[in-house]
Amino acid sequence: MSEKIYLYPVWIRLWHWFNAILCLLLIFTGISMQYSDPALPLIRFDWSVSIHNIAGIILVLSYICFFLGNFLTPNGRQYFLRKGIVKNLIMQARYYAFGIFKGENPPFPITKEHKFNPLQKFSYIFVMYVTIPLVVLTGIMILYPEFLVIDFFGNKALHITHIIHVIMGFIVSLFLIVHIYFCTIGHTPLSNFKGMINGYHEIH
Amino acid sequence: MKRNLYRILGVFIFFSLFLFQPNYILAQTDQTQRIAEYAEDNQLCFSCHGQANYYYQNDWMGKKVKERMNPYFIVDSVEYYQSNHWKFSCRDCHSADYGEFPHSGQLRMEPKFACLDCHAGDEQYAKFNFEQIEEDFHKSVHSSKHSEDFTCWMCHNPHSYKINARTNENMADFIQYDNEICLTCHADISKYQLLTTMENPNVLVTHNWLPNQVLHFKKVRCIECHTQINDNTLVAHNVRPKEEAIKLCVVCHSKESRLLASLYKYQFTNERSITGFSNEAMLEESYVIGANRNYYLNVISIGLFVLVFLGLCIHAFLRIIIKH
Repeated sequence: MSEKIYLYPVWIRLWHWFNAILCLLLIFTGISMQYSDPALPLIRFDWSVSIHNIAGIILVLSYICFFLGNFLTPNGRQYFLRKGIVKNLIMQARYYAFGIFKGENPPFPITKEHKFNPLQKFSYIFVMYVTIPLVVLTGIMILYPEFLVIDFFGNKALHITHIIHVIMGFIVSLFLIVHIYFCTIGHTPLSNFKGMINGYHEIH
Repeated sequence: MKRNLYRILGVFIFFSLFLFQPNYILAQTDQTQRIAEYAEDNQLCFSCHGQANYYYQNDWMGKKVKERMNPYFIVDSVEYYQSNHWKFSCRDCHSADYGEFPHSGQLRMEPKFACLDCHAGDEQYAKFNFEQIEEDFHKSVHSSKHSEDFTCWMCHNPHSYKINARTNENMADFIQYDNEICLTCHADISKYQLLTTMENPNVLVTHNWLPNQVLHFKKVRCIECHTQINDNTLVAHNVRPKEEAIKLCVVCHSKESRLLASLYKYQFTNERSITGFSNEAMLEESYVIGANRNYYLNVISIGLFVLVFLGLCIHAFLRIIIKH
């Protein structure tokens, strides 16, 4: 019987799965529009546009919930970087690259105070506080192009905004793949997924 | 030291704003300096036909009489001298007898020139392929539904029409100019019903389905979706019935975008640009999702995706064989 700690309160679990569904919808419809081809339609273009727009607006609201949740609850402290971040990142990366295969113990075991290892923390901060805000901001600008700073960037404003939006969307897609894979590294391959459903993390 | 640094940065940002300012100053065209050879002669006509009212000496009444000019006979002299036909004397196309005033009643029977009367079979106009344009026009819903009532002049007023797509560097301007030709009738019930008893549909309502309607109206012409493209003409003239209008987004929003054969026909080249964007001609004015992809970004993203996926597969494989 493994030891369990309660790590994920209900609001985080609800937000997480809700956010996951939105991101999947946005990624698939985004790819479908960016690589639209009359011969090989992934999703009908007009459906993609509608789904992408609606999911995008809901993502903005979801992000506000995430931000307020972390601002108003102690969960926000999980995103503070500790001293010696570079050294810690290297240690964690070395563990994933070599230590894990030698049966070493994780260098940063998960506790109630430190839910994330340095690599998780770094990637979550990058995605949630850099990538998602950028993708949201550029998305709003594309949805309401009259707000584009045309006076500053001229006719290229729409073009530059789209490129940033697409690059950020691609980073989120890559993050999602890596995130799902690393979730299989737990007590059992499915235990981390279960943890995000029942709130309890099984100690590895 | 820190304050100085902020000052230098401030000055740099301030001057950068000027560097990024778009060029609003349009190149002055020669249109403002046009002095037609027949300007003086034409002015005689414009003195009445350029005004809402005209005066003539009524010998029966023995006095000068003021009359209202038929609005269909009013020609705006400013528009005329900016139009394609600005070099012509009025009497090049209208009877020389119009030189006499009051005009003879017989002149009402004067047949009007059609476009091909001048433009057909002339090598100077060969590139426009007017014969093909006429053929396409006769297949169009405009011609087939309204027969002889609908002539070239309905859209191309010979007293004001000017070619735009090839000469106007500001694409937004020529798109607006071209769309206004359609809207002259399709957004004006009094003109629309000159040819039909049908109710004029509200263009905004009938295009409600279009996402980002305002942007589409600004960035593309009506004819992009409402005509059948002919590779032999620069501008499609075969306007199709509304049921045949293109409503499939991917026709434009894809790599082989229809816009390349219509709106961007003049700028289109097959080569991929140095920046790697497909259909770069479009990027000067807009960004068309699906049509403007970047080759280098595609290669980098696919490469990164494959590397990450392979890395994870190898990691998973090692975890399985080491059974950890």
